[in-house]
Amino acid sequence: MSSSQYVILRKDNFDGFISRLSKLQKLVAPVSKGHNNFSFEEVTSGEEVAVRYIPTILPPKKYLMPQRETLLEFNVSKGLESTPVVEHEKTTIFGVHTCDIAGIQCLNMVFSTRPRDFNYLTRKGATTIIGLECNDYCDEYASCALVNANLPNGGYDLFFTDMGEYFIVHVNTQAGEDIIEAAKFFEEAGDDQLKALASLREKKREIFKNEVPIDPRKIPELFDKSFDSKVWEELGERCIACGNCTNVCPTCYCFDVKDEMNLELKGGRRYRVWDSCQVEPFATVAGNHNFRKERAERQKHRYFRKFRYHVDKYHRLFCTGCGAGGAAEPAWLG
Amino acid sequence: MEKTVINDSNYRIRKGKVIRTRQMTPHEKLFEIALDGGRSLDHEPGQFVMVSMFGVGEAPISVCSSPTNRGYFELCVRAVGRVTGTMHRLEAGDEIGIRGPFGKGFPIRVLEGNDLLIVAGGLGIVPLRSLINFVFDNRRDFGKVHTLLGCKTEGDILFGDELERWMKRIDVHYECTLDKAAPEWAGHVGLITTLLPGVHLEPERTFAIVVGPPIMFRFVIKELLAKKIPESQILVSLERHMKCGMGKCGHCQIQDYYCCTDGPVFNYSDIKHIKEAM
Repeated sequence: MSSSQYVILRKDNFDGFISRLSKLQKLVAPVSKGHNNFSFEEVTSGEEVAVRYIPTILPPKKYLMPQRETLLEFNVSKGLESTPVVEHEKTTIFGVHTCDIAGIQCLNMVFSTRPRDFNYLTRKGATTIIGLECNDYCDEYASCALVNANLPNGGYDLFFTDMGEYFIVHVNTQAGEDIIEAAKFFEEAGDDQLKALASLREKKREIFKNEVPIDPRKIPELFDKSFDSKVWEELGERCIACGNCTNVCPTCYCFDVKDEMNLELKGGRRYRVWDSCQVEPFATVAGNHNFRKERAERQKHRYFRKFRYHVDKYHRLFCTGCGAGGAAEPAWLG
Repeated sequence: MEKTVINDSNYRIRKGKVIRTRQMTPHEKLFEIALDGGRSLDHEPGQFVMVSMFGVGEAPISVCSSPTNRGYFELCVRAVGRVTGTMHRLEAGDEIGIRGPFGKGFPIRVLEGNDLLIVAGGLGIVPLRSLINFVFDNRRDFGKVHTLLGCKTEGDILFGDELERWMKRIDVHYECTLDKAAPEWAGHVGLITTLLPGVHLEPERTFAIVVGPPIMFRFVIKELLAKKIPESQILVSLERHMKCGMGKCGHCQIQDYYCCTDGPVFNYSDIKHIKEAM
């Protein structure tokens, strides 16, 4: 640990830091919505921020890949005229847990693979990410140790760890350093504070143990053997195909593309919206042939996308262990 | 929220103009399209484009003409959905939005020098027509060419006038069968698999290219393997739902593959273990 990359923010300066940060550019952070629900929303003061929170209802992917975004504007009044566009806004996301950072890293790989998605990449470039460490498990659904997403592993500009009286902050990028400079609330971390961080990480190794009795390296192989397993039928029987699991998943990115005309019927836009492989029409072609008609097939597809198919393509699991999918299921699939 | 124009967006539309249309059957219509500025589509046989009907949406459509026609390309479209239904209302002179071409087409360089057994079921003739006409335009680069077509009824036959010309050519062996035929039909009756035993071929130098409805693949491929055509010399073109054409939206995923970028043309030896493929 190089000390120059670590700074300290005293807790009594937290509110000042958050309000200063919110003046630099749009700032979003986890906010309590009651009944142990949390949501990333725009904030301007420290007291709005839920520093301890369980995975938010929607992951912060909603800022990089909004539920709905315009891809193209067109006008049909004098021939066909169209212009591809991206909607973006400089945004700082504060308080991103390591599972959600892992999710953003997955999306980065997908959308920067050629042919590139410049809508996503423009927004990625306009986003500053400030991580926040989980010192302990957030809830009983988490399996972050299984996929090695319980410790910071890059993908952020700044990374906050709550040390009780103060936050210790890892400065990972120049963009992060610029925030530290602009905010003026930070002081350099001392040896004792660095030691305290190292011991917290040591303690975390005791707390976070692989939650599922399998060697994670064997997961793709296990999936290869289970394509025809009965477990998918069992899941299919309980699934109600609501699509909640894919909406709340930090690594689900499937979308639909739709057109919409203005009321004057001259101009309009082509936009994309989140879609879900769990809903019936997802793989249906013209003429009504559905390539994944059964819920069992669709659930199997979702699990294989997380643990098998993308491993070959992107060399990483597309599960971040956040537990959001399990927690969002109305008919507990586990 | 700021809005910026992305000049290099992969959602950018190329403008084209419908030059000519032809109603092929009550359900299928043929469109001849020229891109703006006289630009060539520059596709490979077997590739597809995304057709835009602004205000309605986009749909993936196979190009059915050979890239040897550089001034225009053709799309043969069955009206089955909202986009294709709207497209059927287009006439000569109307503008049309195009993205693409997308996907992997038939591997022409690999096919050159070999015999071809082309098996088309129903609408499968549409993407195959781009290959067949390309082969005719470059006929001496290929060995023997067998073309087998299966349709439900005589009224479902597409490109009937061209098929008649194929029958007269000395450099192609062409046969057609109908599932159900009127008494005056003089040709074969029965499923397309019934045509295969009558084809004499040298399996080691033959590439079989099969395009048709999902149910057809299994039966035809079984027959091809029985004729000792090597697995790696069987090509298929698969159909899936598509929204982006760029391996992102997820609709066309077939296990490890995206039909839009890894296909739609696949080598059978690459997908025979892929249970969702066929």
